Amino acid sequence: MIPAQFDALMPIVIFMGLAILLFFGGHYLSVVLAPKKPSHLKSTPYECGELPVGSAWSMFNVRFYVVGLIFIIFDVESVLMFPVASIFRELNDMGQGGYALIIFLSFISVLIEGIAYCWKKGDLDWVKSFQHSHKKENK
Amino acid sequence: MNQTVVSYLSQYEFYDFLLALFRNNQGVLAFTLYLLLALIIVGMCATIGGLGTYAERKISADLQARIGPNRVGPYGLLQMLADGVKMMTKEDIMPFTADKKLFYLAPLLCLTGVFATLAVLPFSSGFIMADLNVGIFYLVAISSLVGLGVFLGGYASNSKWSMLGGMRGASQIISYEIPVTISILAIVLLAGGMGFGTIVGRQGGLPHEWFMFHNPFAFIAFFVYSVGALAETNRAPFDLPEAESELVSGYHTEYTGMRFGFFALAEYIEVFVVCGVAASLFLGGYNVPGIKLDILPMQAAQFVIFMTKTLVLYYVVIWIRWTLPRLRVDQLMSVCWKYLTPIAIFNLMGCAIWMVVFNGKSIAELVLGSH
Repeated sequence: MIPAQFDALMPIVIFMGLAILLFFGGHYLSVVLAPKKPSHLKSTPYECGELPVGSAWSMFNVRFYVVGLIFIIFDVESVLMFPVASIFRELNDMGQGGYALIIFLSFISVLIEGIAYCWKKGDLDWVKSFQHSHKKENK
Repeated sequence: MNQTVVSYLSQYEFYDFLLALFRNNQGVLAFTLYLLLALIIVGMCATIGGLGTYAERKISADLQARIGPNRVGPYGLLQMLADGVKMMTKEDIMPFTADKKLFYLAPLLCLTGVFATLAVLPFSSGFIMADLNVGIFYLVAISSLVGLGVFLGGYASNSKWSMLGGMRGASQIISYEIPVTISILAIVLLAGGMGFGTIVGRQGGLPHEWFMFHNPFAFIAFFVYSVGALAETNRAPFDLPEAESELVSGYHTEYTGMRFGFFALAEYIEVFVVCGVAASLFLGGYNVPGIKLDILPMQAAQFVIFMTKTLVLYYVVIWIRWTLPRLRVDQLMSVCWKYLTPIAIFNLMGCAIWMVVFNGKSIAELVLGSH
């Protein structure tokens, strides 16, 4: 059989290499073939024909940040569940199914608690900020 | 542990012949075989991506009672070549305000992320470049590079449309990764392994042996996965990062010529990969109905089966695009976090309980009483 040094990572590296090769090859072709007549007006950012006002790198709505935070929590939890899920069948065949199930479900219940908390806090609502401040004013 | 296409081929006699040809240098031979097969896969997927653009236009034309592209070649089939040549001969424009390095690298990230996923796609039981024992986990992880590429493309352009598109793209792709990952977890649970060989090997060729019909929860998980995957590949009705009617063309507004072409190519190949994953996880993958033999011609039959399932799903993706209108951003987010994620978690719990209560048997096995 195949020795360890030709392990399964080689095709991955080859595929990434092919992507890089295709990228630079395509760039080279376009440098050779494409016309090059730069002008200042041509390389302004597109703003529907108007001259752009200010930079696009400005302050951005904080809800994108909140979504990112929620994502990280859930992503890490699902990563932690992968190993358990992959040996679950084995455990079940060994007769440890009930034990594994209880542990698995209690871990998922943490996840559910997390999503319930975010939901209650209103972090899952996209247009919440206005409504929430409105309610507080009414009180 | 990790099966590869070379270790599969090494059980045949012609491998020894090739080895003699390479003066018994296994490393060089393995590298050559990998490179050759990788080139074949990349060529095939690029062709499928190109034909995808053609199919997209032709199917949309059919749905809207138009003719569609019919000038270049028979039935307009060479349209993709004409598009490719046109992209190469268009001037490359970079906004003078842009972050030049990131602007240059963003399409590469998309392309690398998509190409790297091709390494674990199971075309047949032997023709899977690297059957990693963490196959599906690796695929989910590496395809996040695409989201990074989309966001960097939007950010680096320094144009307001691109920035809005990139932000939306990033938040959408990371949000929909959660239901998709949890749906995949349910299948990993049923299969008892993360490798594609294990997952597809557990299923059979006939529909009642597929994981989609294993139990009611897996059935729902298939639809959760499909919706999430559509959103992750920025396909309509979830194409908000590039919504033409509101954001010009979103994160690739400032990209012209070849660089835009790379984004488009990456997107179309990613749709193919996502369809392939759906076919292998839920629809039985490459299993040929009724026959279980380990001979070389079987590989061709398996390949045909896999491609048929994948391309049918590809057609459905295009069909959905031209049938459903686009969502609003707030609807998009509430669909993900308030519907799909709870449903996916519920499915995962359901699958775990089913595994224990029915000892891992599918509905068909319970009804028919086999095993």
